[in-house]
Amino acid sequence: MEPIVAVMVGVLMAATVYLMLSRNFVRFIFGLALLSHAANLVIFASGGMTRARPPLIAPGASAPLPGISNAVPQALILTAIVISFSLLTFALVLAFRTYQELETVDTDRMRAAEPSSAGAAADAEQRAVD
Amino acid sequence: MTTPPYVRLAVALPVVLFVWFCTLIPSVSGGEILVWETAWLPQQGIDLDFAIDGLSLLFALLITGIGAFIFLFAGEYMEGYPQRGRFTLFLVSFMLAMLGLVLSDNLVALFVFWELTTITSFLLIGYSHENAVARRSALQGLLVTGAGALAMLAGFVVLGQAAGTFSLREMLADQQSFEDHPHYTAVVVLVMLGAFTKSAQFPFHFWLPNAMAAPTPVSAYLHSATMVKAGVFLLARLTPILGGTALWMETLTAVGAVTAVYSAFVSLGKSDLKQVLAYTTVMALGVCVMFLGSPPVAGQGEPSRGVLAALAFLIAHALYKAALFMIAGTIEKATGTRDLTELGGLRRAMPVTFAAAVAASVSMAGVPPSVGFIGKELLYTVGFAPDAAAWLPWAVFLAASPVALVAMVLVTKPFFGPRPDYRKPGREGHWALWCGPAVLGAVGIYWGLSPEFPFMSLLVPAEAAVSGHSFQVEQPPWQSTGEALVLTLVTLAAAVLGFWQREAVAQALAGLRRLVPFTGDRAYDATMNGIAAVAAWQTRRLQSGVQRHYLLIVFATLGLSLAVTLWIKNVVPWPVRLAEATFLDWSLAALVAGASVVIIRSRSRLLGICALGVVGVATALIFLTFGAEDVAMTQLIVETLVTVIVAIVLLKLPDFRNEVWPSGPARLRNGIVAVTVGVSVTLVLLAVTGSPPQPDLREYFERNAVPGGHGRNIVNVILVDFRALDTLGEISVLAIAGAAVFALLLPGPRRREGVPTPGTGGAAVRAQAWHGSIMNTMILRETTRRLVPLILVFSVFLLLRGHDQPGGGFVGGLVASIAFSLYAFVCGPQAARGILRADPRAVGAVGLAVAIASGFVGSIRAGVPFLTGQWGTVGGLSIGTPVLFDVGVYLVVIGVVLTFVLGIKEQ
Repeated sequence: MEPIVAVMVGVLMAATVYLMLSRNFVRFIFGLALLSHAANLVIFASGGMTRARPPLIAPGASAPLPGISNAVPQALILTAIVISFSLLTFALVLAFRTYQELETVDTDRMRAAEPSSAGAAADAEQRAVD
Repeated sequence: MTTPPYVRLAVALPVVLFVWFCTLIPSVSGGEILVWETAWLPQQGIDLDFAIDGLSLLFALLITGIGAFIFLFAGEYMEGYPQRGRFTLFLVSFMLAMLGLVLSDNLVALFVFWELTTITSFLLIGYSHENAVARRSALQGLLVTGAGALAMLAGFVVLGQAAGTFSLREMLADQQSFEDHPHYTAVVVLVMLGAFTKSAQFPFHFWLPNAMAAPTPVSAYLHSATMVKAGVFLLARLTPILGGTALWMETLTAVGAVTAVYSAFVSLGKSDLKQVLAYTTVMALGVCVMFLGSPPVAGQGEPSRGVLAALAFLIAHALYKAALFMIAGTIEKATGTRDLTELGGLRRAMPVTFAAAVAASVSMAGVPPSVGFIGKELLYTVGFAPDAAAWLPWAVFLAASPVALVAMVLVTKPFFGPRPDYRKPGREGHWALWCGPAVLGAVGIYWGLSPEFPFMSLLVPAEAAVSGHSFQVEQPPWQSTGEALVLTLVTLAAAVLGFWQREAVAQALAGLRRLVPFTGDRAYDATMNGIAAVAAWQTRRLQSGVQRHYLLIVFATLGLSLAVTLWIKNVVPWPVRLAEATFLDWSLAALVAGASVVIIRSRSRLLGICALGVVGVATALIFLTFGAEDVAMTQLIVETLVTVIVAIVLLKLPDFRNEVWPSGPARLRNGIVAVTVGVSVTLVLLAVTGSPPQPDLREYFERNAVPGGHGRNIVNVILVDFRALDTLGEISVLAIAGAAVFALLLPGPRRREGVPTPGTGGAAVRAQAWHGSIMNTMILRETTRRLVPLILVFSVFLLLRGHDQPGGGFVGGLVASIAFSLYAFVCGPQAARGILRADPRAVGAVGLAVAIASGFVGSIRAGVPFLTGQWGTVGGLSIGTPVLFDVGVYLVVIGVVLTFVLGIKEQ
């Protein structure tokens, strides 16, 4: 299964990068969502993927029977899911508020904090002269 | 302007120190080394150890003795300058740093003091900071000497590692030879870079004449008498450790000779008094460096006359140059100018200053009887010694004749001839101004008449420290040979000839100057402009201000570095072994990959959101297939929430109809980067999964879950017990994200008009709109009212069973959030707040507090580390702090998710 997941994660990552590089903040958010899936799957596959039982210990036993899945990546992913959920929500609210303020979702036109490229070049020239 | 009293009282410090150092002369000249040790970083072999031998005592006397007169002079000279207190502080700081430099026994401490003198020099050169020239000169001095000092530090580190100690005394006592050490050349070159930049040796000399932008007391003290001699001091200090090789001797002799001759001739062409003095200072430093490169003596019983000559010349120079600088300052103060072409006729108006100038110039020109004469005689004597290079006396001659000429100009031009109209009275000033020059000039003459004391008590002990062995002096070391006397006379004759033919000399010099293609000052400017240009260029290239350009750089770097690493390491297993993949595996992978492509290509927001949901659910199914029930549960519930929240927000944003894509070539470039990253990640994952994971960690958790963690769900035990501190960090991040979203959603000032502002009046409007929405149907409302309590009970069930069965705080909290969110969607956010009975932020905060408090239980009760699980039985039920911790997680998740959902819903 791991080679299939590897290729699938590759497709996910490529889609993520392509979406994040588009000029539309909405597509950027889609990319952000895909990125967390890709990352979680990388962690999961790295821990080894076996068609095994969940990592539980039967009542009365003090150690699990052989043939359970690896619990370590699962614990990592569990928190990662919740964290990436909050990151995604934050990005959404940011997009929403940015749209309210600037009336655009085109990242090339979100220039309130950064000067335009012509202005930046002029500033740099000025600094070089100084 | 009132002057604080401590400005004039500061002179007491150098005086007291000078007297104290004087009391040490008898014991130190007897060969004793006085030591004070203070541990600083003993583990690193770095200590504040101070040792006084002949060499350090000579410099300490110079620093405090000349310092006393400078402080006295500055107290009067700086009258009318702003911020006198600050000036005095800088000057005192410099003096103490300089003393630390010459007294340090530890190389690293020496470096620290060395840099402290650099910094105080920077502050003093730039003292008139409103003047652009002063600022530039200050920065230039700092950068040139600072860069050299960094090289020197590198040399010290290598030297310290080679020697096994940073202590100079231990290095000397070791009698170890570094000549054959593989890094010897590197050490010598690095240390010399530090010494040459500090002591203004060619081609780094240019910063010193520029440093004349400082007030005159600073020029006299730092930039002629003491600080610039630190390089000479260091070279002398390290001579017994590094010296004696051809590399050492030839480099010092050559660099010193070029510096001395070059600057001596440049000084002839200057008319600004301070510039003239600055270039002759560079000449004197060159001479000192040149003679430190003299060959070591063969026998044990003989002093090295080269080193002795260098030190004698150094002390003579310090005396006459400090005096001349102060005289230049006095003249400028009296007349308003220090340009030689504008000065004249001051002999009668300023008799004491004139007398001091005569005494100092006699020493500078090397006319008997003066200590300058003895110094120059020694130089010539060493130059004619059989083991010296044949050109050595002629190099000294070429450097000394112009300087003697300059001395004649200095003593004649301002004082004789017609008196021009000065802007100021042009009379003798306050006694504090002429006291220092008079005394220093007199000492220069007196020591020339009776050289017994300076040589036997100061110079010979200093030379002994440089040569590294003690000896008995049999014949007076200041005696010179007949050839030396002849050459001294020739030097003076040449100077007189040049003085007589001043005009012709000036024209010849102007012609020579045109031959010099560029100066160090220009090279400095070119370097600084080059750095600024490169910075501007790379800023233009990288800092475009466009978000996707930054991301492009990040992703391209990621993809390329992964690809290059894989290529070099060659770890990708090939061919790939594809074992036991079922139809389900293929279908899930195809679903994820297909949905990703759909998101890229979709022309509608809703289609994109649905495809996103497909990816999430398919991922959850993959988790489920491979034995990760907890993860699959959490993923499914988060996916539900995400889809709803994304739908709410994105549908408020514009659709894709008028979407602007990057241009065609940019899309191609983006695609190439995207594919590079994707392929690289695939290959990395293939490489990682090609070998089975390390089982240690996993087996530890499996073995200890029940005995150590009292839990049967290993995932949950890891989260709330073994790695609880990580989880605490993660729920803190969650809480911070919740706070950030809350802050973003606060009604703030809108910069643009025409955007609807959600305000107090909006609530009623929204409530009205709400009652008209299709969600507000009787059936849905009634169903929700009955369903929500059930879901909440289920969430508590998930929380409580989580330690032994699939479940836990995260998934329980998410389920509870779903219940409240459902209620908010159907009955309105205000109603949801009503049944929650608390602000969601408060719920989150309480949760975080509970989680942290659970960690302290064990610390307080049993003294175990923070977040160590504690278990007990309450009413037959096994209860532990990790369960309490999980309750905290549960509450944080509810609080944060509801802050998001209710906040967005209320917009």
